Amino acid sequence: MATRVATSATRRVFVQWGAAALVGLLGCGGGGTGGGEAGGGGAEAGGAATGPILVGEFGSMTGSEATFGQSTHNGIMLAVEEVNAAGGIGGRMVEVKSYDDQGKTEEAGTAVTRLITQDKVVAILGEVASSLSIAGGRVAQQYGVPMVSPSSTNPQVTQIGDKVFRVCFIDPYQGYVMAKFSRENLKYDTVAVLYDQGQAYSKGLKDDFIKSYTAMGGKIASEQAYTGGDQDFSAQLTNIRAARPQAVFVPGYYTDVGNIALQARKLGLEVPLLGGDGWDSSKLTEIGGQAIEGSYYSNHYSHEEERAEVKEFVAKYQAKHGQVPDGLAALGYDAGRLLFDAMKRAPSLSGEDLAKALSGTRDFPGVTGTISIDADRNARKPAVILEVKGGKPTYVATIQPT
Amino acid sequence: MTDLLQTLLNGLAVGSLYALIALGYTMVYGILQFINFAHGDVFMIGAWSAYAVAAALGFTLAGGDPPGWAAVAVLLSSMGICAVLGFFIERFAYRPLRSAPRLNVLITAIGVSLLLQNTGQLRPVFGTQPQSMPALLPDTTLFQVAGVRVGLVDVTVVLLAVAMMVGLQWLVFRTRFGSAMRAVSHDHRIAALMGIRVDTVISFTFVVGSALAAAAGFLFAMKYSGLKQPADATWVLLGLKAFVAAVVGGIGNLQGAMLGGLLIGMVEMLGAAYLSPHLRDLYVFVLLIGVLLFRPTGIMGSTSVEKV
Repeated sequence: MATRVATSATRRVFVQWGAAALVGLLGCGGGGTGGGEAGGGGAEAGGAATGPILVGEFGSMTGSEATFGQSTHNGIMLAVEEVNAAGGIGGRMVEVKSYDDQGKTEEAGTAVTRLITQDKVVAILGEVASSLSIAGGRVAQQYGVPMVSPSSTNPQVTQIGDKVFRVCFIDPYQGYVMAKFSRENLKYDTVAVLYDQGQAYSKGLKDDFIKSYTAMGGKIASEQAYTGGDQDFSAQLTNIRAARPQAVFVPGYYTDVGNIALQARKLGLEVPLLGGDGWDSSKLTEIGGQAIEGSYYSNHYSHEEERAEVKEFVAKYQAKHGQVPDGLAALGYDAGRLLFDAMKRAPSLSGEDLAKALSGTRDFPGVTGTISIDADRNARKPAVILEVKGGKPTYVATIQPT
Repeated sequence: MTDLLQTLLNGLAVGSLYALIALGYTMVYGILQFINFAHGDVFMIGAWSAYAVAAALGFTLAGGDPPGWAAVAVLLSSMGICAVLGFFIERFAYRPLRSAPRLNVLITAIGVSLLLQNTGQLRPVFGTQPQSMPALLPDTTLFQVAGVRVGLVDVTVVLLAVAMMVGLQWLVFRTRFGSAMRAVSHDHRIAALMGIRVDTVISFTFVVGSALAAAAGFLFAMKYSGLKQPADATWVLLGLKAFVAAVVGGIGNLQGAMLGGLLIGMVEMLGAAYLSPHLRDLYVFVLLIGVLLFRPTGIMGSTSVEKV
């Protein structure tokens, strides 16, 4: 909009030489709305070689998984501030345009379309929930704009095409990690499963867990499902209680998991719950309280790790936001940094060049572990196991990729 | 046996909540012959105001056991908040459309529903985060039957719901104001000719229906303490199921709404436990279709029954 005002003002400069003073005034007014640069309009219209680099972000800033989007956004913005403080990319500053998809699949597609067609971003960061990354990734692939998902773990996300990347591990690995941990470290023989049938993430993780767990000689006592929007899990939990498992694998998101834990304890089902990175939120222990104590989940990083990257990131994040960063903040930070690293290496910021540079990422020192992008555009990296102890996630173990 | 009893208990508790919400749908339909789709959102506001009032009074999860009057205070303030809300919804959204075609009112109701959901998400209101309702009622075990633990919260849910329904029944069929309500539901104009203040009666109906929804919201927050954020699908689905309960029971009929609520709760829980939990919402809607096929006016609905 601002660009158009400035351009039409410029045109008038050629037409009405005599009224130069008046036109100058108009030009200033137009440029002013565009961000205080009187001459900015012409440069932006002329091409993307100078001026800020626009990166798009879509995330669940509101909705039932709002902490996901907000943490990720904080992580991304921290990475942006750092890259700009260090002189930007080739002298150009990075700007982020964010849209809220409210955790809704249809909104995710719209947000990405808007970012690409209206805002003309060169790359996209997002989403957390796999269903939303799949919706947004399809659009990004269609327009040939590279997208980096910070934390969607479902394998289908990067199978969309050669423009979609991620900086986290994938569910077959996460399912394997939890199966291995419950079979070998906790020595459980029978485990029940309760998953959200409306979420690609939850269904995928459940399948991968069952596959690995049964291959390791474990037995699935009962397999129960719920749908996002269910508030009462007593029927499923009553069935699970009757099957007498040693633990329940609940690969859902934190709000549901908190409620499930509370209701399980009310029904006298006292076994620990196991889960994945969808549990990663401070709200988990707020909602679950005592009921979630002693449960385990796999995650991308622990703020208690001793690595230098982790310590530095945690200190910076705490100074800015006054809270300990969760895994999603760390992944948002890594996704941003990895993208900027690729931008620095890429010969140009076209979709093709940027995608090539992204796939060339090797041994990138991320907060969530050393990241290499493999041939399937997934990240190979270790996972950590956390236990909820005294209302806090506590580091238990790191499991390396095989 | 244990599992069957447990399932029946769950069905009873959930069904009582549906019934309480369904009463609001059915009362408004009885008087105005339109579906107040914002009613499910009033229920959501009820649950969230219970949380907000509890937080404002300084009861938190970590704050230790709250005193006994806390639950009563929170319940009454939540009912008060929603009663006022119900009054204003009727006064400013529906009353100006009293003589407009019914479809306009229906669309307005959907608008009010969206307005409530999105206003609820604003930071100064309830915000976008899920919150945890403090346990105002200690969930002590009252007794055990055949291995099934019967807790204070479940018993409170059922007893309070029954008490409210009995109170409403008394109000509608045993008081002068109830007679006025029934008269208005028969015919607005004749009722007005008889000296009944129709506007007051309609406002009062919204106030009572919204207060009942708030009571259901409070009980819901007691039973399921992890409150999902105001625009979450959970609230929409609960409102929808309560609406189905009202239709199954026979919309416009008070006993029908109670029966419908309990029936829906039972069908949902038994289906989830013994058929497959994957399809639990399906049982509810199959029941709806089944009832409508054989009794289009619902189980207790018929033209001769008093509509309120």
